[in-house]
Amino acid sequence: MSGAYDVSHLLAGAMLVTSFALLYQQRIAAVLNTFALQSITLALAVAWTAWSDKRPDLFITALIALSLKGIVIPLALRRMVERLGIHREVEKVVGVGLALLVGLALTGLAQALVAKVATGTASHAREELALALAIVLLGFLMMIVRRNAVTQVVGFMSMENGLILAATGARGMPLVVEVSVAFSVLIALFVFAVFVFRIRERFDTVDIEALDRMRGDRR
Amino acid sequence: MIEPYQLVVLVPYAAALLLVALPSYRVGAVANVIASALTLAVGGWLVASDRLVGDYAIVDEFNIVFVVINTLVGFTTALFSASYIGHEIESGRLSPTFVRFYHAMFQAMMGSMNVALVANNIGVMWVGLELATLITVVMVGLYRTPQAIEAAWKYFILASVGISLAFFGTILIYLAGQPALGEGVPAMTWSLLHAAADRLDPAILDLAFIFLLVGYGTKVGLAPLHAWLPDAHAEGPTPISAVLSGLLLNVALYALLRFKMLVAAQPAALDPGPIMVVMGLVSLIFAAFMLYQRRDIKRLFAYSSIEHMGLMVFAFGMGGPLANFAGLLHMAMHSLTKSGIFFAVGQIAQAKGTQRLADIRGLSVSHPRLAVLFALAVLAICGVPPFGVFMSEFLILTTTFAREPWLALAPAFGLLVGFGALLLRLQGTMFGEPVGATHRVDGSFVPVLLHLALVLAAGIFLPPLLVAWFQRAAELLG
Repeated sequence: MSGAYDVSHLLAGAMLVTSFALLYQQRIAAVLNTFALQSITLALAVAWTAWSDKRPDLFITALIALSLKGIVIPLALRRMVERLGIHREVEKVVGVGLALLVGLALTGLAQALVAKVATGTASHAREELALALAIVLLGFLMMIVRRNAVTQVVGFMSMENGLILAATGARGMPLVVEVSVAFSVLIALFVFAVFVFRIRERFDTVDIEALDRMRGDRR
Repeated sequence: MIEPYQLVVLVPYAAALLLVALPSYRVGAVANVIASALTLAVGGWLVASDRLVGDYAIVDEFNIVFVVINTLVGFTTALFSASYIGHEIESGRLSPTFVRFYHAMFQAMMGSMNVALVANNIGVMWVGLELATLITVVMVGLYRTPQAIEAAWKYFILASVGISLAFFGTILIYLAGQPALGEGVPAMTWSLLHAAADRLDPAILDLAFIFLLVGYGTKVGLAPLHAWLPDAHAEGPTPISAVLSGLLLNVALYALLRFKMLVAAQPAALDPGPIMVVMGLVSLIFAAFMLYQRRDIKRLFAYSSIEHMGLMVFAFGMGGPLANFAGLLHMAMHSLTKSGIFFAVGQIAQAKGTQRLADIRGLSVSHPRLAVLFALAVLAICGVPPFGVFMSEFLILTTTFAREPWLALAPAFGLLVGFGALLLRLQGTMFGEPVGATHRVDGSFVPVLLHLALVLAAGIFLPPLLVAWFQRAAELLG
């Protein structure tokens, strides 16, 4: 059995690596590629769990992750970036070095929290949970330190990859499939929002700072 | 045999499907009212029917309170919206197609909130709340002005982060319950988790509660996670502001309270009470001071909602039968009063063509009847006797004083600060020379009057039947 956990840990670890990779990308195209890679890794991890735990319903979750988040959404976002002519560079609030350091600290925090807390649960679930929490926190970090709307959406979706990983890691958790569908709806709406509201049309940029000018009480 | 708890979900969803198909917005508005009236009737039936605990649904004294408030305010809001939305089409802010989707989404949102309320499965509860939030995000951006899109975007990002954290907390609750209840659905069923609370893993429960508090707390609008709330209230259509403040915040609070009951039932886990007391007080006092700086009338009352949600979280954090009773009562009173205020504010904004407080002056001269209603509603939310809000606030303060005299000073201080701000603004809008454009008001006063009458009646005489019901609900809360 330990072989099965080794593979799932390997895949979860690979997802964490892509989460870090997301933080240091300079161009939006590269961010989208890295995100696609992470989603495909997630699909593999979920499919592996489905196979090794004999839970065929999880294959649907894996398929959703692969098709929607691995292929469709990155392609749609890339087309949008090209069509709208948004800046091709990632706009940062803090530098790459600092973001990576904070990311490292968050990963350590996730490990410490889960290791300390979940002493009673089986060790494999605990480790997977710690990795998933780290991915969630890194996604959160990405939403904070990147100000472009597209990169914020990617940050959110990477956060959500971590959640799906956590849900599949919790053995026998029902509703995982339903939740992954619900989340996909949420993501589709996100992309839809960026598309249909055509933020650029109104602001001439997808830079969130332009949105901030509208904030607060109208004077 | 179909049960009322199923109907309370099915009727709004069926109505949503029907409303998408109805091309005329006038027919749509009427159908919206009829569907909401039906849901209200089902809500009444639910009160009369047997309590039950199923695999996926739960009906107990506690969530019935929420369902009834939900269906009641849903109905009056539909009534208000029917008289309000026509004006939005005439003034060109909305196209008929948008109004069609607005009606459908309104019903879908009501249905989703009811899903969250009657769900016995913590995953289903999460899905219901998520759906309701998503729909309100679309509604907030309905006018498609830059401000509306900015508000919707901010709401989207913050609510999604809240959603994600709450979901992580839900997974943790499942992990905490798994050793005791086994794999699969039972470890996600609230009633089973609650019954086996002393066998849940306390350390995981602690971590789960923190995630759930931050996640659902974002939706309740607790400071410092409240940033989405004023924008979302100010930029969306007024009926949506009314249901946001009056209902959606309650549903999020409901989810939080269910988990509080779970954590409180495990003595080895952390005590959720003090954390909630602190978060509630911070929100209450922070929002009370923020009231002074508002320039937009809808933002003003959005901050007032943060203030009152803070007070409720404080009361529930104190715990005990009396504080819980007061908290529940305050929730009911706040829902009715605040949605009533938003109805009046919507009419004021239509009458003056603006939401800027500086441009709304001399209402008592230009629109005397509306002015009286608005003033009464604002006085009610300020906690002036004999309205119901006074009674619930008084109860919260006195029970706190009886147990922790010094602690009672903090909410009293916050309420006084808020009271001053609202009175100041009320005076500004009521008196002086009317400025700017003045349009006639063709919206209906019935919904505001109805809410005010209920709040007044509750303040003067609370029927013993209602008191007994709320007491049973408060006991469940522990």
